[in-house]
Amino acid sequence: MGRIADVFSSLKQQGKKGFIPYITAGDPDLATTEELLVTLAQTATLIELGVPFSDPMADGPVIQRASERALKNNFGLQDLLDTAARAQKRADVPTILFSYYNPLLQFGLKRVAQAVKDAGLDGVLVTDLTPEEAGEFETELHAHGLDMIFLIAPTSTDERLKLVAERASGFIYAVSRAGVTGTRNTISAEAERLVNRMRQFSDLPIAVGFGISNAEQVADVHRYADAVVVGSAIVAEMERLAGSPELVERIGKFGQALYQPEI
Amino acid sequence: MAPLEELTAAYLASRDDQSFQSELKDLLQNYAGRPTPLFHAARLTEHCGGATIYLKREDLLHTGAHKINNTLGQVLLARRMNKQRIVAETGAGQHGVASATVCALFGLNCVVYMGAEDMRRQELNVFRMQLLGAEVREVNAGSRTLKDAINEALRDWVTNVGDTYYLLGSALGPHPYPLMVRDYQSVIGREARTQILEQEGRLPDALIACVGGGSNSIGLFHPFLSDSEIRMIGVEAGGSGNELGQHAARFNAGGGGRPGVLQGTMSYVLQDSNGQVAATHSISAGLDYPSIGPEHAFLHDAGRVEYVSVSDSDALEAFQLLSRLEGIIPALESAHAVAHAMKVARDMRPGQLLIVNLSGRGDKDVNSVREALEL
Repeated sequence: MGRIADVFSSLKQQGKKGFIPYITAGDPDLATTEELLVTLAQTATLIELGVPFSDPMADGPVIQRASERALKNNFGLQDLLDTAARAQKRADVPTILFSYYNPLLQFGLKRVAQAVKDAGLDGVLVTDLTPEEAGEFETELHAHGLDMIFLIAPTSTDERLKLVAERASGFIYAVSRAGVTGTRNTISAEAERLVNRMRQFSDLPIAVGFGISNAEQVADVHRYADAVVVGSAIVAEMERLAGSPELVERIGKFGQALYQPEI
Repeated sequence: MAPLEELTAAYLASRDDQSFQSELKDLLQNYAGRPTPLFHAARLTEHCGGATIYLKREDLLHTGAHKINNTLGQVLLARRMNKQRIVAETGAGQHGVASATVCALFGLNCVVYMGAEDMRRQELNVFRMQLLGAEVREVNAGSRTLKDAINEALRDWVTNVGDTYYLLGSALGPHPYPLMVRDYQSVIGREARTQILEQEGRLPDALIACVGGGSNSIGLFHPFLSDSEIRMIGVEAGGSGNELGQHAARFNAGGGGRPGVLQGTMSYVLQDSNGQVAATHSISAGLDYPSIGPEHAFLHDAGRVEYVSVSDSDALEAFQLLSRLEGIIPALESAHAVAHAMKVARDMRPGQLLIVNLSGRGDKDVNSVREALEL
């Protein structure tokens, strides 16, 4: 069993729910990313580390801007993984890459799997890779003992949920509503229906993301899901704190305000 | 994926539906103005001194370009799927205008995403879309051109998928779009085939069309693909140079194009070593796109179609030359095809037949051409 399965199983034994913060690597620079990973590891069940991409079509404006800021630093996937590896040595917490397909494809799928493994990370989620097309990469990841995380959406048919159930490992990422990433005032009831539908087909832990931005929403989603993903709200806070010497510390506190692992 | 599966099923059903096809045929004929002429360009032929050049006059269609062939087909499909709201992207503005037009015709709401840079270059088309009742939304992300407008339209579609239809304008994006757009544009090649047989009694020796996403070219080429003796050439935008960022020639050796995945399609993509999609440049907004329809990538790798590029300055020259020789002001996109056709015609024997797809008219480009010539 991988670290992702371990961490969810130990949460379950303790009757707790998980918290998955997302940050875009290299926003505002890789040195800050390393510090943020170490700081967020204090509250996070698991961390999603975004690979910046020039055309983030599944993301709303907040994460698009983070990608644009990161890309100005002109680094490659290996630099990003080296950063994550340094953070892992200081504070180990299960971490997955959250990426679009092309940067991985250009790096080489086998090479990605090896490099992710070498960096001490646990899995990869590719937003624009459907299960139908994912076979080759999935084989490489599994050969390296890594998890492939799949997305499901309220529009997914039962057939598609079954397909994901057969293929997924680690956990399943349920998108709370149709659309792109970004904070919302309310979390749609669709999210709960989707999680319940997925439970019929899979025993894997289910995390809900897209639109979750405050502690009330986190608590609400925890009623029915195993973990919440918070991305845009954190990235937006980073944008507000741009240039502040306290950025890392305040993002750590922002995470704690969303979720207290001890409770 | 669910919206794409729903769309694929609806499209395939419509393809076999006689009443759908006859309604489309009627609109193409009586609204859009098909068939378009296949015009023997005698003075251009004489000027080049080689093959006989024919122009397929898609520029004479309602709204001034081939784009209406596809928007009429897709709007009928949207109506069949009970979608009340249409989103579209546009580069040069021709597809945006064609989308706004068919939405006006069917009383549907229309939102067109357009890069800020393209809105500047194609101011007149922005106003035309607004006159037709569409809302034009400026896109300030990325390179502020066609690819960013597509990203934004895709985001809108996945967010509002219940009542919204995404009317994609070129033979790219995820399946079934490349298939659908090719099918709707193939009317160009089917007509050209009939017309050249009527006028010359034989098939052409070569076909030439410009390739941005690749809809007008695939539309011309597709009905001739199995005639292996016919040479086909797709013309990409060579821009101002061969460095990454200076052109939109995905197939140019050393130009930065190689297989990649962008916007749900695997094809040739202009990109840097990290897999980040590169900026592109072309004087023509409609060719200014870093990837190319996947069927073109297939035809390229299969060796069936040749792909070349034409620079901004050669396209500008052809733009002026065709205006003076034939009294036809071509779109800057089509001027790329004309520029290369002139080279190819010279190397062909007199009496050989060359068809050039004149995909659009140049009224929209008059201002940018004036700017470029004054530099």
